[in-house]
Amino acid sequence: MNNAFIIGQYVPGESIVHRLDPRTKMIIIFLFVIVVFFANSVWSYGLLTVFSLLCALTTRIHFSYILKGLTPVWFLIVFTLLLHLIVTKEGDVLFRVFSYPIYSGAVAQGAAISLRFFLLIMVTSLLTLTTTPIEITDAIESLLQPLKKVKFPVHELALMMSISLRFIPTLMQETEKISKAQASRGVDFRTGTAKERIQAVVPLLVPLFISAFKRAEELAMAMEARGYQGGEGRTKLRELKTGRLDISVYALFAVVVILLFIIRD
Amino acid sequence: MGKNVLKFEHVWFRYGEDLPWVLQDVSFEISRSEWVAVIGHNGSGKSTIAKLMNGLLFPQKGKILINGLEINEETIWDIRKQVGMVFQNPDNQFVGTTVRDDVAFGLENRGIPREEMIKRLKDSLAAVRMEGYELHEPHRLSGGQKQRVAIAGVLAVSPQIIILDEATAMLDPNGRKEIIETVKTVKEQDDVSLVTITHDLNEVTLADRVLVMNEGKVWMEASPKDIFAKRDELKEIGLDIPFVTKLAAELTDRDVILDSEPLNHDELLEELWRFHLNR
Repeated sequence: MNNAFIIGQYVPGESIVHRLDPRTKMIIIFLFVIVVFFANSVWSYGLLTVFSLLCALTTRIHFSYILKGLTPVWFLIVFTLLLHLIVTKEGDVLFRVFSYPIYSGAVAQGAAISLRFFLLIMVTSLLTLTTTPIEITDAIESLLQPLKKVKFPVHELALMMSISLRFIPTLMQETEKISKAQASRGVDFRTGTAKERIQAVVPLLVPLFISAFKRAEELAMAMEARGYQGGEGRTKLRELKTGRLDISVYALFAVVVILLFIIRD
Repeated sequence: MGKNVLKFEHVWFRYGEDLPWVLQDVSFEISRSEWVAVIGHNGSGKSTIAKLMNGLLFPQKGKILINGLEINEETIWDIRKQVGMVFQNPDNQFVGTTVRDDVAFGLENRGIPREEMIKRLKDSLAAVRMEGYELHEPHRLSGGQKQRVAIAGVLAVSPQIIILDEATAMLDPNGRKEIIETVKTVKEQDDVSLVTITHDLNEVTLADRVLVMNEGKVWMEASPKDIFAKRDELKEIGLDIPFVTKLAAELTDRDVILDSEPLNHDELLEELWRFHLNR
């Protein structure tokens, strides 16, 4: 198994974006997602594009790598654009493709929607590219803290997430082991009809589930033996700190939002 | 050695009303800084003993005292501060996503302040010689390393008793050696009592005292030397003796009479030289 096995798509680095408090990143992305829908002119889109590209640049992650991460959504972006070109009938006819008229309004709207889409996905992917899953978990736990008042199990949710993250590689190694063991007994995972292949997964899943349950039981016992008694009165080693860097990023984002509301139509 | 830190008083235990007794009238004591090995074949009740010591199970009859405090529902959290436990499967007791998080888990549970936590983390990782691995994830560690992290996690909360419940059973010979060495140094540095529940006879030879369990009863309680001298009886209850002891016995049969029973290779060598010189 690969030693540098990475969960998700986190790219290790020391950039400003990497060093930001994960909560800062999450809050700004959340606000950005809302703000994007307020853009309605060339200039406002321009501003948001510049902002997101600047963010992407400061991560020091190769731009082509970021774009590669967007591969699955490229289709959706192009599809939105095409749909608009075909369906929308506003403005003047710009040109004709095989005698089918393409209107100027269609181009403008299609481009705007696709760009909006692109910006949303790119900025959110910056979060997972620059933040380890465990940092994201910590941020979620901290941000959901107010929900504790309504008895929402915030600590339990975070613990569940971190344990899942910790066991993903373990269970993947196990899956590999079991599939080899079953293949050596003659189970064929690669050939056959779709139905046969699905049936071949059963002897893989059953032992995997059994062992996962066993692991869970032993883990629970080990946790109890080490004095785990719920979130009450627990201290944390991993600390989230909102520093000067975070404050300046908030300020910068506020400026961008104010500018946006000035220049939008 | 001083006073006893752990005491079993006529303990009876079974897993269910209609199931047979797993432990029958078990009584023993463990003194401060003592190393006790518990051996016995599968189903002899030795793992149950470990779980009883830490309040993971409660006896139906009898009492278990830790430093004079009886284990029951109210006291288990205090008891667990004093009794640390390392389990068999290295993977299934690793809670944190990295070494550092895992060692801190027990400290976090006890509400230790962060500054203190960082200090204890460093010390306990140093004690098991795992410095420099702080940010490693479990899947990048060997079984032996994971068990050392588990020991560090136990050490961090500075318990008085450490129980190793077949902690070396799933390791390769190298990993086993690592753990034994670690435990030995920890034992020398800190003032802790050790209980090792084991199949590995080389572990037994290091103990001060051995408890042999058979069918839920304490079958024998003696020093490793005295235990291994009874090899025929041990064989009857399904236990073997270490290679060195076996070899010594074979030598005795061939009129190579050694002065004392050797427990490891060095002692055997020593005895053989002495035999050679005396001839």
